[in-house]
Amino acid sequence: MALLTPFNVGSRTRPRPLRPEGLNKRGSLEPKDPRGPKRSTAVALLLACASLATLDQTPALSPARDLAGELFGPVESAVSTAAHPLTSIPAWFDSRTKLRGQIAELKSDNADLRRELRTSDYGRAKLAQYEGLTRSAADLGYSLVPARVIAYGPAQSFTRTVTIDAGSNAGISADMTVINADGLVGRVLRVTAETATVLLIVDADSVVGGRVGGDGGGQVGMVRGTGLVSGKGRLDLELVDQTVAPLKGETVVTWGDGRAAPYVAGVPIGKVTGVYASVRDSSRTVRVEPYVDFGSLDVVGVVVPSGTKSDRSVVEPDGSLK
Amino acid sequence: MNRATTHTRLLGNLAVVVLVCLALVLQVSLFSAFAWDGVVPDLVLLIVVAGALARGGQFGLVLGFAAGVLLDLAPPADHTAGRWALSLLVVGYVAGRLRQDAGIGLGGLPAKPPALMVMAAVAGCSFVGTSIYAISGLLLGEGGVGVGSMLEVIGISLVWDLLLTPFLVPWVMLLLVRLEPEHARI
Repeated sequence: MALLTPFNVGSRTRPRPLRPEGLNKRGSLEPKDPRGPKRSTAVALLLACASLATLDQTPALSPARDLAGELFGPVESAVSTAAHPLTSIPAWFDSRTKLRGQIAELKSDNADLRRELRTSDYGRAKLAQYEGLTRSAADLGYSLVPARVIAYGPAQSFTRTVTIDAGSNAGISADMTVINADGLVGRVLRVTAETATVLLIVDADSVVGGRVGGDGGGQVGMVRGTGLVSGKGRLDLELVDQTVAPLKGETVVTWGDGRAAPYVAGVPIGKVTGVYASVRDSSRTVRVEPYVDFGSLDVVGVVVPSGTKSDRSVVEPDGSLK
Repeated sequence: MNRATTHTRLLGNLAVVVLVCLALVLQVSLFSAFAWDGVVPDLVLLIVVAGALARGGQFGLVLGFAAGVLLDLAPPADHTAGRWALSLLVVGYVAGRLRQDAGIGLGGLPAKPPALMVMAAVAGCSFVGTSIYAISGLLLGEGGVGVGSMLEVIGISLVWDLLLTPFLVPWVMLLLVRLEPEHARI
């Protein structure tokens, strides 16, 4: 309460005006602001907060959340669209400063890829196999509904969620996978007619089944968010088999049967940046850097079953629009 | 109460509702592009502080609760409802107490708080509000972020709020005082 002191002192030294209605009921000399907080209101509203938190443990509040979504979703969408020229300014500066580094990185990547392409027929044969796998995965029917991110949950809320401008009218429902051009973004939590709320995989409550290392069939584990987005964000991978240590730079992809689980299989999540062993409980934490830049999400795609009825064009597995 | 005062009061309340909704939408849709490690300025909190300083603690209490409930329910919120309501309720109360203790609005004294006091009020309220929100999350077992990064977020949001205060709070206070019926002014 150190903040209050200077004002208290100041008010005491000043001459007090005579204001009978300013005195409190007990006739004390301490003048009371007639517009100050009433104790009864404070208690009533505190109890209201507690009952809201209790009600939210049941589905009782979901109509209220839906209503707020229907009301605020279109406004958020409109503001986001109108402000797009303004909000794209930071991205422009970003690309200017990072351009040099990106060119160098791309050059070395290019050289690596050329060398890999020349080296082995074995690799090429494997590539053909993978292509076949991709095709069969496409036959399983991953279609995408394109959408734009229109609102970000602030970090002050300590949950990492965003709103996208496609909802049940576009054929989206809860628990669908959300991806973008770089990799896995998250999953749909709830939908309204025109918008949907997406839980990002960097959220501290997010858990995704992940598979690392393509060669030996891959080690299976759980990818957990850390809630941090500074830089590119960070994920932790807990492997089921604690004895293996994945290599730095290996890719982590989603794992699942692709229909029942919330996340479809085979979507790249991120790359391993380091393995940390804890001496105390002999467990291993694998740091994963997500491919997706969660600081600047814009266009995303929601994975829907093939042939979904939607109010916008759906990207089909073969790349065509429908 | 005559017709004109009823109209002014209605207009004033409508203005407050519009202000809070606008602040909420700008906070999630516009300022997210300029976020600093994901932290954006708490526009809604600034409106609550301005309201409590301009019209007293009782108003700040109710405004804080209502704005907090909106913040809890509007997308993309996903935390337990009531957490922001509790934090902003306390923020409205604290700002109202500051106004009362400084004797602002009590007859004879200036009805406008000094600039330094507004800054101090915003700094204190921002710290208290974000901290209560973070602590309620710890108690409910939500958002498993470490205490270190919580303090970092609280610090960054305090800086953001102080940066925006000179551009927002005086104007909101002026608007709220202007839109108040004459007889209700103290």
